[in-house]
Amino acid sequence: MKVMEVADFCSTSRVLIVAGKGGVGKTTVTAALAVAAARAGMSVLVVEVEGKSGLGAMFGTTGLGYEEIDLGPGIRARFLTPDAALVDYLVSHGLRRISKRLVASGALEVVATAVPGMKDILVLGKVKSLEESRSADLIIVDAPAAGHAISFLLSARGILDAVRVGPVRKQAADVVSLLSDPQRCQVLLVTLPEETPVSEVIETAFAIEDRAGVKLGPVVVNGCFEPLPAGVGASGAAVLDDARACTRFVSEREADDLAHAAAFRRERHHVQHEQIARLRAQLPLPQIELPFVFSPDITHAQLDVLADALTRGIEQL
Amino acid sequence: MTADLDELISARHVVICCGTGGVGKTTTAAVLALEAARRGRNSCVVTIDPARRLADALGVEHLTNQPTEIEPELWNGDAGTDIVPGGRLSALMLDTKSTFDNLVNRNATSPEQARRILDNTFYRNVSGALGGTQEYMAMEKLHELHDEGGFDLIVVDTPPTRHALDFLDAPNRLTRLLDNRIFRLLMMPTRAYLRVASVAVQAFLRTVARVVGSEVIQDVVAFFRAFEGMEEGFRERAQAVNALLADPRTAFVLITSPRRDALEEATFFAQRLGTSGQSVQALIVNRVHPSFGEESPAGLRATAAALRHDPSPAAAHLALLYDNLADFREVARLERDHIENLRATLAGDAALAYVPYLAHDVYDFGALHEVGRHLFDTVPVQ
Repeated sequence: MKVMEVADFCSTSRVLIVAGKGGVGKTTVTAALAVAAARAGMSVLVVEVEGKSGLGAMFGTTGLGYEEIDLGPGIRARFLTPDAALVDYLVSHGLRRISKRLVASGALEVVATAVPGMKDILVLGKVKSLEESRSADLIIVDAPAAGHAISFLLSARGILDAVRVGPVRKQAADVVSLLSDPQRCQVLLVTLPEETPVSEVIETAFAIEDRAGVKLGPVVVNGCFEPLPAGVGASGAAVLDDARACTRFVSEREADDLAHAAAFRRERHHVQHEQIARLRAQLPLPQIELPFVFSPDITHAQLDVLADALTRGIEQL
Repeated sequence: MTADLDELISARHVVICCGTGGVGKTTTAAVLALEAARRGRNSCVVTIDPARRLADALGVEHLTNQPTEIEPELWNGDAGTDIVPGGRLSALMLDTKSTFDNLVNRNATSPEQARRILDNTFYRNVSGALGGTQEYMAMEKLHELHDEGGFDLIVVDTPPTRHALDFLDAPNRLTRLLDNRIFRLLMMPTRAYLRVASVAVQAFLRTVARVVGSEVIQDVVAFFRAFEGMEEGFRERAQAVNALLADPRTAFVLITSPRRDALEEATFFAQRLGTSGQSVQALIVNRVHPSFGEESPAGLRATAAALRHDPSPAAAHLALLYDNLADFREVARLERDHIENLRATLAGDAALAYVPYLAHDVYDFGALHEVGRHLFDTVPVQ
């Protein structure tokens, strides 16, 4: 069997939507995926749809805005706001005169309330036009937190029900055809190997597949502890035995610290292992495990490690 | 001087739990209400969207939008001696739509007016969980409980919005919508709306209709017209909610995890609260890693590297263990630095409490109480 390469995987569909519950590391996975794809020689555009995501900080820059910026070799990013996407859209459809007014008067706010999903469709419509204009080999969308992710993906179908005429309806129809075409778009779900996130990702997966009709790619399980070999550091006394065996001095206190840290890791690994097994049993999607990053800050060094792991995970699919 | 988390739940009337999603906000809100009940108070927790097993534990799975008292045996069963008698614990799960419906019914000048609004398509979208309505209704519910509930303490969990502070602004949103210039023109009574509207407004509306279809505009117009005469009531209510939020017996508790993105959001929130003249009275950091001793990660890694020169299996074991300890020391050190940075941006007297990384999710009263002990007995994380 041919090994799946990152480039193959990332060109399966031109738009990858990364979705998951808040706090599972969606933006981190988005960034690592961008790094992995760029390394494989692809040009990548990362699209943020919520402000303050921290994506810029991971690449050492700030000020992610509506205009594209370079995050590194082969990686560009932009932050799509509904207001700016609307103005863009109206201008490109010969409605420049009213575009500013629609936003400035607060009418967009009212219309967006009248038509649920209006803002989402403006953003997804912009993603669609970026896809059509081939502005990058791969567009990665860092979706809103789950719950919102489902309504984000359902927005186009909702609009088709609510709005019967006009350009917004056309836009929605185009977005539906983007989302439902696995050659053009798929969703990558991210979760943590913990109880609540696993339960939620299972629910989200079924909702996305059944109701939004979007193809699901593998589930990325973030923050996995690698196990310590069995028996290593089982107790403070065991650590002291090892120390004697190789004639090193280890104080009793240090032996306890070493054993406690090892026990903590084992316990976490055990809980995670159970949850990963439950996910596998309840959700028939391939999994890619990413290692726990021992740093609350994600910068280049951590992204490289995660991109390596993603690359390996993709090769094993 | 450090404010006391104990003081907050023993003496305050309202505690608002803020923070981004995924940091254990709902669980923490439940813990605060539970601990207040254990101290003899009549407390109520308003939850937004609990995980199913927590909802089961609280008995809110099948609850309505009204507070339901939780059987004392359920929450003080493992009593111990530290329970002050007389405490009561209630919980409710916020139903955004029925809270909004109540608000409309209360403010309507006639049952017909209420019906016209409740049946309007635009209203049904507004009152669903959209664009800040959930936040608005959480605050509305809080005020309702404050007015009518007879509770000593109301603990409010806020919706898991990306921007944790949306709810501060939420009560003003509808009144702002009602104040919108163009739509005020549409609401002018007695004549068909397009006749009174200026030519410019008509042209504008036609363009909007071209973009989204005229039915949408008709729904919106009908909604605003149906609202006529009720704006004042809504405006007064928004002011009353704002006053309750600013009351000295209301406390804001900021909940976060030690991850950088969560802490950045928390810092931003604290600043935003400051600009509205309020402050964070307590900071609760969930899921803090234990720190396992005092040694520096660099020293531990150097030891691990030295051990790798020794080919014996025992040395290989030790090298793994030193690296592992270094990893956790590193995490602990960075987490504590970040927490200190956040604390430095808060007003000097904010209480700080940690809850360590727990092996299992919190979904029964035993586990809620365990979190409570970490928060209130200030069990050191080390």
